[in-house]
Amino acid sequence: MRSKWWLIALFFCLLIAILSPLASTSPDGLERVAEEKGFIGLAGNSPFQVIADYVFPGIENEALATIVAGIIGTLLLFGLAYGVAWLLVGNKKRKTA
Amino acid sequence: MHIPDGFLNIATVATTSAVSAAGVAAAIKITGKQLKEKQVPLMGVMGAFIFAAQMLNFPIAGGTSGHFMGAALAAILLGPWAGTLIMTCVLIAQCLIFQDGGLLALGANVLNMGLIGSFSGYGMYRLMTLLAGRGARSRLIAGFAGSWAAIVLASIACALELAISGASPLQVVLPAMAGVHALIGLVEGAITVVVLGVIIATRADLLEMARVKAGGNPK
Repeated sequence: MRSKWWLIALFFCLLIAILSPLASTSPDGLERVAEEKGFIGLAGNSPFQVIADYVFPGIENEALATIVAGIIGTLLLFGLAYGVAWLLVGNKKRKTA
Repeated sequence: MHIPDGFLNIATVATTSAVSAAGVAAAIKITGKQLKEKQVPLMGVMGAFIFAAQMLNFPIAGGTSGHFMGAALAAILLGPWAGTLIMTCVLIAQCLIFQDGGLLALGANVLNMGLIGSFSGYGMYRLMTLLAGRGARSRLIAGFAGSWAAIVLASIACALELAISGASPLQVVLPAMAGVHALIGLVEGAITVVVLGVIIATRADLLEMARVKAGGNPK
């Protein structure tokens, strides 16, 4: 079990993702400054939307849509960062072999 | 502090993209040379944790929220180059899939929250552990200071880019950004301390693993 510490850590990350509907909906630091200093209007929309604003499209319950988005993102980032690291370590092995 | 498209002018977009591209290329090269097989799962966990924690905006003073950045934590655990790579993964996914941070602003966001966050957080942490020793308590204090400095410096870089782009005058946007992120940084520091504390208590060996160091060759 000790060797699988990262499974426990990943499980904990998923728990955080499940808590995501509790997040504050107030503007964040940059958005707030942009509103107060009058340049928020410069912000443009993205030319495409996938899971825009961390709300999974097609789910009516917004809390659930946020949780689904959070779980997808958390698993995706685990896979992406793991994959990049795995490729880099593998590359080194192939070069020195 | 994900910059959306529209805030930055073309010159700033081009400059920040070029700097970030060069920085990420160096990060790939150096991390590739030094990363150990045992550290691969930690890279994945850090990516997952930073993404999840960034979703949890917490309220700070006056109807404003902040969220964890995580660059300093990643850099403390894995070194600044690997930290930059993890942040780049998170920022690319947030930009392409979650429409958080603009496409053209991706380079600036990687520069601020990736490169500047990782290196300033790591630098401050190393400086403080050199001065105060490597005991658990000084590591935690250094972790707090490093992650506070990282988010404040990232916000200052963001303010400079906004001012250079003409979005807002420097004397207006710089104190506003640094001020609000000095507050957010207190929570950033607290989260970093909790995570470092858990790791020191349960898996101190993760902290002892050779980090991907700035520039140098592995022994």
